[in-house]
Amino acid sequence: MGTKNVTTASFQADVLDNPKPVMVDFWAEWCGPCRMVSPILDEIATEYSDKIEIVKVNVDEEPELAMKYGVTGIPMMAVFQGGAIAKQMVGARPKNAIVEDLASFLA
Amino acid sequence: MREVIIIGSGPAGYTAAIYAARAGLKPLMIASSVEPGGELMKTTEVENFPGFPGGLMGPDLMAKFQEQAESFGTEILLQDVVEVDLKANPKIVKCGNGEVFEAKAVILATGAAYRELGLPNEKALSGHGVSWCATCDGFFFREKTIAVVGGGDSAMEEALFLTRFASKVYVIHRRDTLKASKIMQDRAKANPKIEFIWNAGVEALLGETKLSGVKLKDTVTGQESEMGLDGLFIAIGNDPRVWLVENQLQLTEEKFIKVEGRSSKTTIEGVFACGDVIDPTYRQAITAAGSGCVAALDAEHYISSH
Repeated sequence: MGTKNVTTASFQADVLDNPKPVMVDFWAEWCGPCRMVSPILDEIATEYSDKIEIVKVNVDEEPELAMKYGVTGIPMMAVFQGGAIAKQMVGARPKNAIVEDLASFLA
Repeated sequence: MREVIIIGSGPAGYTAAIYAARAGLKPLMIASSVEPGGELMKTTEVENFPGFPGGLMGPDLMAKFQEQAESFGTEILLQDVVEVDLKANPKIVKCGNGEVFEAKAVILATGAAYRELGLPNEKALSGHGVSWCATCDGFFFREKTIAVVGGGDSAMEEALFLTRFASKVYVIHRRDTLKASKIMQDRAKANPKIEFIWNAGVEALLGETKLSGVKLKDTVTGQESEMGLDGLFIAIGNDPRVWLVENQLQLTEEKFIKVEGRSSKTTIEGVFACGDVIDPTYRQAITAAGSGCVAALDAEHYISSH
């Protein structure tokens, strides 16, 4: 399972009401580091599909979501659990570093 | 076993790769998984790289470096080195995905990473008003009031770039003179959106979940003041990336990798270093490239005589 795109309209159902932890990748086309980290997130989503869901929010298309969560730097990866942000990471980082940071959700 | 492994993929790493590949050494470059291309990937227009009189974008320049390195047979791996054993023979390089490589020679071109202010809530506010990359995050500050901390060329470049988005850009600097080159100073001072705040140090970042301002302290009078800001861009310099090797190689007092004279030779035979990781002074794309050339020639000589 890869990563799906989430919009302002689907955010409640896909993220906030999701029984599983969901990592939201705030990204944009023009962001080089976002493009580098994107395939890494796809890999993590596939490998840990039973533990966590990973979705994408395009900040150009969904500025309300970016503003609501105070995103001023991308890529920003925020893990939502039970409707609230439980963890966040900023900037493109290697796969093993991201997996390490997600350890409590992947156990 | 490889002849030579190059760690890093900025101007130094790629130039080393071009020279080593042309010498028939089939270099393996371990370029990093998320930051290949190095510092220039974060810049916009590069106007001072010789051979490009019209200037070009930093990422485009790095794409040309890569094309040239690959055309002579450089193998590029988008992985991160997590551990090295430089004293071993052959030398051992381990990657984050578990792959292990051996090589006769290693060229370290790991560059430098941006410096932090060292304030307690800096990490928490990163991505929420605090940034190190204007070209990455400037977009979020349309019609906002922001500040850049620093007084060098990169601070001026960031400030000028941010005027495209922000309504006001303050430059906060600890002294009353800038370290930046004259051309960059003149451009920044001529820009109506930029205002300088001299002799000021950032004492604290204000805001809980999002930056709301900064507390400044006058470096001359000691007087403290607060100013409201939507964003703060930090451009106060870089620190050499030496964590991989600091327990194996001798460093300088300033924590750069120590090399012998004008060569790239480190304190371990067969290990060479080049670019910003050895250079506390010049730190230009062209000086890094020249330094990468030196490292490849030193490595070539070492391999042929061992």
